[in-house]
Amino acid sequence: MANIWVIFKRELASYFTTPIAYIFIIIFIFLSGIFAFYIGNFFDRGQADLAPFFNFHPWLYLFLIPALAMRLWAEERKSGTIELLLTMPITMTQAVLGKFFAAWVFTTIALSLTFPIWITVNYLGEPDNGVILAGYIGSLLMAGAFLSIGSCVSAMTRNQVIAFVVSAVICLMFVLSGFPMVLDFFSLWAPEFIVTAISSFSFLTHFEAISKGVIDLRDIIYFISLISFWLFANAVLIEYKKAD
Amino acid sequence: MTAMVEVSHLTKHFGAFTAVDDISFKVNKGEVLGFLGPNGAGKSTTMKMITGFLTPDAGTVIVGGDNIATSPVAVKTRIGYLPEGAPLYSDMTPEGFLHFIAEIRGLRGAEKLRRVEDVIQQVNLESVVYKPIETLSKGFKRRVGLAQAIIHNPEVLILDEPTDGLDPNQKFEVRSLIQGMASKKAIILSTHILEEVDAVCSRAMIIANGKLLADGTPASLAAKSPLHNCVEITIRTDDPEPVSRDLEKLSDIKSVEKLTANNGCVSFRVFSSTDQAPVSSVNQLARDKDWKVENLQVERGRMDDVFRAVTTKQKIAQQDAAQQKATS
Repeated sequence: MANIWVIFKRELASYFTTPIAYIFIIIFIFLSGIFAFYIGNFFDRGQADLAPFFNFHPWLYLFLIPALAMRLWAEERKSGTIELLLTMPITMTQAVLGKFFAAWVFTTIALSLTFPIWITVNYLGEPDNGVILAGYIGSLLMAGAFLSIGSCVSAMTRNQVIAFVVSAVICLMFVLSGFPMVLDFFSLWAPEFIVTAISSFSFLTHFEAISKGVIDLRDIIYFISLISFWLFANAVLIEYKKAD
Repeated sequence: MTAMVEVSHLTKHFGAFTAVDDISFKVNKGEVLGFLGPNGAGKSTTMKMITGFLTPDAGTVIVGGDNIATSPVAVKTRIGYLPEGAPLYSDMTPEGFLHFIAEIRGLRGAEKLRRVEDVIQQVNLESVVYKPIETLSKGFKRRVGLAQAIIHNPEVLILDEPTDGLDPNQKFEVRSLIQGMASKKAIILSTHILEEVDAVCSRAMIIANGKLLADGTPASLAAKSPLHNCVEITIRTDDPEPVSRDLEKLSDIKSVEKLTANNGCVSFRVFSSTDQAPVSSVNQLARDKDWKVENLQVERGRMDDVFRAVTTKQKIAQQDAAQQKATS
C-alpha cells in the first residue's frame, strides 16, 4: 500500500511538472462547455439538469483520455526508466495500480473543475442534485475504464503515438457498441440476445443508466470489473515484455 | 563465508540468439568484480537478470541467501543498481527524484532526509539539486544515477558502465567513490575500459558472446599476456646488430625482438624462457658491454592484449567449428 502511494505521488506530480496537466484541464473544461452550451443546447432546452453536459463525456474522453494514458508506460519504456522502476523492491501490481490511480485522480481533478456548470444550473433553476452527483460518479467510472484501456495499450509499446491511436480505437469500439446506429444494424438480422450482449458491453449503456440517476450495482460492477481486467492484462503484458 | 551474490548456470536467449550462455560465479563482500567484454557480449543482460529485471531462461541467482525467482522483493531490497545509460525521470529535480527513490526503498522521516543529504554530498550534487534532471550535463546525470543506487546503503551494488561518457576527472571521482565503498559491499561493475579494471577491481571476468572466458585478479589476467615478464631496453647506438647478437647469447631468454629505431636509439624486447623476467642478466650485460641505456623496464603484461587474445581466440574457434560443420 505504501509503495502504491509513493508511485502514485510521483506520477501525479509529474503531470503537473510538465504542461500536460494545464493543457489537459483547460481543453477539457473548454470543450465540455462548448459541447454542453452550443451543441447540447443547454439554455434552449429549458430544463434544469446537466444531461447535455454529461451526454458528450464519452466522446470527449474518447480522445482526451488516451492522450492522458499514452505516456503511463510508453514513456518509461522509451526513456529506459522502466528498468529503474522494476528493479525497485515493489511488485508489478503496485506499479500498475500506483500509475493508474494517479491518472484517475488527475481526471477527477479535471472533472471537478467543471463545477461552474453545476453552479450555473443551480442558479438558473432547481435541478435534482442527486442526479447530477450520479452523473459525475458515472462519468468518473467511465473515465477509469478508458484509462485502464489506455494504460494497458501504453504498456505494449514505447511509441506514445501508437499507444494513443490504438487505445482510442479500442475505446471507440467500447463506446460504439451501444450506439443506436450500431445496435439497429445488428437488430435487423441478429437474434435479440446478441444485440443485448453487444449493447451490454458498451460504455454508453452503462454510463447513461447511471447518469439518469439510477445507480445500479450492476453498472458499477461492470465498470470495476472492466477496469480490473485491463489492469490485470496491463501487469501481465509488462511482466512478459519488460525488456522490449 | 557465504557468497553475497551467487550466480549459477545463468542462461538467456533472445529468439535464436543466446545472449548469456551458462555463466556461473560468486561474489563476496569486499570484492569488486569487473565484467569485461566487447559490446553485446552479455554483460548487461547478466546484470539485468541479477537485478530481477529480466527472467533467466535457465539458472539461478541467489543474493544474500534469497532466490530472485521466489523472493524478488527481498533480493531487490539488497541491491543498488545503476542501469546502462543511467535512465532517470528527467522531468524531476535530483532532490525530488532522490526523495522518491528513498521512499520507494522504504526510508521515511528523518532517516530519509539524512540519507538523501548524505548521498547528495557523496556524489557532489549540491549545486544542481533543484534543477530539472533533463537540463543537467551527462556527468551530473550519471552522478544522480549513482546516488539513487547507493541511497539505501545496499549490500550489493551493480553498476552497468558507471563511467561511460564521463570526462577523465569525473571518471576519477566515480572510481574513488567506488573504491571508498568497496570494503563494505559486494560490487559488480561492467566496463570496456581496461585501465578501469586495474584501477578499481579486485577481480575481473572476461565475457564474450555470452560465455565466461576468464576469471581472476587483474594481475593474473595480465600475466596471460604474451608480453608478460619480457624486458624492454632502449639503447643509444648507431649499429643495433651487435647489440641484438649479444642479447641473444643470454642464457635465460627465449627470443629477442627489435622494436623501433629513432633519434639514434634502438629498442629491443627480450622474452624470458623462465617465469622470471630476465632483467638482471640484461642489466649485467649492458654494464659489461658499456651500452648507453636510455630506458630499461619489465613489461607486466597488458590487459588489452589479453582481452583481444581471449575474445578473438573464441571467435576463431567458433569459425573453425562452423567450417567443420559445413564440411562434415
